[in-house]
Amino acid sequence: MFEGVPLTWFLITGTIMFFVGIYGFLVRKNLITILMSTELILNSVNINFVAFNKILYPGHLEGMFFTIFIIAVAAAEASVAIAIIINIYRRLVSINVEKMDEMKY
Amino acid sequence: MTTNQLMFAIFSAVIIIFSILTVTSRRILRAATFLLFVLVATGGMYFLLRFNFLAAIQLALYAGGIVVLIIFSILLTSHIADKLEAPGWKKVVPALVAVAFGAVITIATILQYQFPQEVMSGSERTDIHVIAKSLISTEKFGYALPFEVISILLLAAMVGAIILAKKRKD
Amino acid sequence: MIDFSYTALILLIPLFLFVLVGLFGNRFKPLVSGVIGTSGLFVIWVLSLFTAYKYFFVLEKATDGSFQKLLAVNTVWLHLTDKLHIDMGVLLDPISVMMLIVITTVSLMVHLYSIGYMHGEKGFQRFFAMLSLFSFSMLGLVVATNIFQMYIFWELVGVSSYLLIGFYYTRDTAVAASKKAFIVTRFADLGFLIGILILSYTTGTFDFITLTGSSSPAFSSGQGVWFLGLSTMTWSMIFIFMGGAGKSAMFPLHIWLPDAMEGPTPVSALIHAATMVVAGVYLVARMFPIYIHETAALDIVAWVGAFTSLFAAVIACTQFDIKRVLAYSTMSQIGYMMLALGVSGYGGHEGLGYMASMFHLFTHAFFKALLFLGAGAIIHAVHSNYMNEMGGLRKYLPITHITFLIACLAIAGIPPFAGFFSKDEILVAAFHHNKVLFAMEYAVAGLTAFYMFRLYYSVFWRKEVHYHHTPHEAPATMTIPLIFLALGSTFTGFIPFTKLVTSDGLPFEIHTEWGIAIPSILIAVVGIAVATVFYRKENNIATRLARSMGGFYTAAYHKFYIDEVYLFITKRIIFNYISRPIAWFDRHIVDGTMNGVSYVTNEASFRIRKFQSGQLQQYAIVFVSGTIFLALLFIYLWTN
Repeated sequence: MFEGVPLTWFLITGTIMFFVGIYGFLVRKNLITILMSTELILNSVNINFVAFNKILYPGHLEGMFFTIFIIAVAAAEASVAIAIIINIYRRLVSINVEKMDEMKY
Repeated sequence: MTTNQLMFAIFSAVIIIFSILTVTSRRILRAATFLLFVLVATGGMYFLLRFNFLAAIQLALYAGGIVVLIIFSILLTSHIADKLEAPGWKKVVPALVAVAFGAVITIATILQYQFPQEVMSGSERTDIHVIAKSLISTEKFGYALPFEVISILLLAAMVGAIILAKKRKD
Repeated sequence: MIDFSYTALILLIPLFLFVLVGLFGNRFKPLVSGVIGTSGLFVIWVLSLFTAYKYFFVLEKATDGSFQKLLAVNTVWLHLTDKLHIDMGVLLDPISVMMLIVITTVSLMVHLYSIGYMHGEKGFQRFFAMLSLFSFSMLGLVVATNIFQMYIFWELVGVSSYLLIGFYYTRDTAVAASKKAFIVTRFADLGFLIGILILSYTTGTFDFITLTGSSSPAFSSGQGVWFLGLSTMTWSMIFIFMGGAGKSAMFPLHIWLPDAMEGPTPVSALIHAATMVVAGVYLVARMFPIYIHETAALDIVAWVGAFTSLFAAVIACTQFDIKRVLAYSTMSQIGYMMLALGVSGYGGHEGLGYMASMFHLFTHAFFKALLFLGAGAIIHAVHSNYMNEMGGLRKYLPITHITFLIACLAIAGIPPFAGFFSKDEILVAAFHHNKVLFAMEYAVAGLTAFYMFRLYYSVFWRKEVHYHHTPHEAPATMTIPLIFLALGSTFTGFIPFTKLVTSDGLPFEIHTEWGIAIPSILIAVVGIAVATVFYRKENNIATRLARSMGGFYTAAYHKFYIDEVYLFITKRIIFNYISRPIAWFDRHIVDGTMNGVSYVTNEASFRIRKFQSGQLQQYAIVFVSGTIFLALLFIYLWTN
């Protein structure tokens, strides 16, 4: 309970955000929207970390640091992913994930 | 309903609604904008939990950096006016089933679990000096090593991104 | 004690020559590789003579006065168990030293001769490389310290024989002959190998010195009745003799030798007359102390030898290809040697047959090599193998004529030429052992004289044939070996073999038994006289006689249809009733199983590969579903 807001509320919000992200990952065709879905997933995890940190272990900072690192990794990931997307676009003139099946069987 | 609860409700609602809009909107630039709202609302959550520094990072990095990057790449690869084609039901139905199922299991588990019921005063803010010292400390609860590793990762990502995106000579 | 370790060089020099000429021969001029090979052989010839001198005359005798069996060089090559190991080395005893002389002498002569004979042939260098390989393997065979080393070199000899018979590999007959020689001897070697395995299994050793020593394990172990009333040791000796019979072209494994004449004539002289084909005799002589205890095996040796000598002599009288006549003559003479071993006892005068066999081996090497080289000179001059296309050559080839005559006299057993002495000893040994064998060998002596002089007269006298090119005498490189070997054929008979090579290493005295010698000379003279009447002048006595003999002549002319019998057995019976079912089994069952496995794998993977669609989101949904499923499993079903 954090000043009237129970932990479970945060967790449920995170969960919903997470699965919405997964849904996006599974159905969107555009690579950039898939990238956005991953950002959603990462954020939902961040919320959980922060909430656990604050409510269960208020004297500690591990959750926060994890969040910081996740944000850093997400930034790195986003930059590389976008570089790849641009490269793919140059080659295929499309960023439709369904067309990227050159390495199938 | 306390102020906190109200704030939480607002942020939570924004997050959930705009998340769903992000993954369903058929105009890609709008999706990016909705993502921005989600990220800002997440930052709000951090404020709510008194992680001011984290919230600042969230706003600067996510909202300011990544979303801008995404919008740039959208501009590079898509026409703004284009509507994305709707996903076929063959993809949507299994995805929805899996996601709904997963969400139900997770939420049920969360609700079942007995978390310790402590009431936090919670008003204390984390001092930025403490964060800075922890980041470069090698003591217990120090994060010097991950910090260095992350720096190298970022460097590598930077180099990789440049190499990947630069035009080939041939 | 004299250090004999330099004898390793006798093996290593030809090996080195083989590698040198074999690998780099094409960089040399043909003549250069010939000269290299010949001079290398000359070196080991000198070494062998030196070794023989040292061994027989300088080296001190063993305590009982016999010649020592000496391990000049020995290294453990394969360590099987503490007791059983395969060594490589050089064993010196009277017969191996004698064989060293025979091989290096004949080989040197053949090398020299080949420079002239093979002049201008394609593959001249290859020829000399293979001659070196052969010399190496043959020398390794005779100095083998143990039966396994002997087997290894035995096979090497077979390979080099195969390579040299098939030297003219563009000729179908040569290819067929080389394959035939290889397969037949290989089949016989299977027996040899089985014999070796039985022998080493029962005695626990390969080593010749142990095996043939006075307290050999071969005398005590494996004596019980094992199979068909014979003991294990007897069977192993019979199997080993099978290997020897194959190599020495004993009936019924002789069919490869006449065909082996497809090889170049110097090869026939070296391998198929003087050295390799006597390897079987040498093998039996090597194992003789064991054979003497296994009388059943020794009787087989005697009877096979006697039968082969008669059988081959009869065929030799009907053939027209001069090399084939000589080939059958070789078989006949080797039969003599086998017989002599078979009728021999052990020790002192009892061991006369053994001595006679080795003696005949020695003299035979000279005159038979001479005959082949002379035949080579004739073929070289006339470009034909058939004696009815020849005649009156004595005017054109004087040296060849004289040397050939000497060889004929030697093989016919006319004193004072070498063949007389050795053959006489064999006849004496046979007389004391078994009168039937003795009578057979008397007949063979007459036949030998007859067919050799038939050959001689047909080639050098008979009729004047008009040749396309006037035949001319062979070059000096060819005539010098002829003269040298003729000298050998004349004088080697005076070597006192009873003092040097005997069954137990002890010298003994013999006296010429004129009661046996004079009839044998008479028989030879009769054979020569008949041949003179038949063939000196052109007439049709021989043809008429042949016609009057009817079926027998035809059968002999067709080599008693042994080849046809083999063909019938292999083609009709083995191919149809054994090989074909095996081939069917292989093709349908073995291959079928393998094909079935591969077909199933192929089909399965063809279906499975659809899973790897390249669709990222398909993978993702499988991954997510899997994760959720596992979560479900762990949360609700795994709780206890």
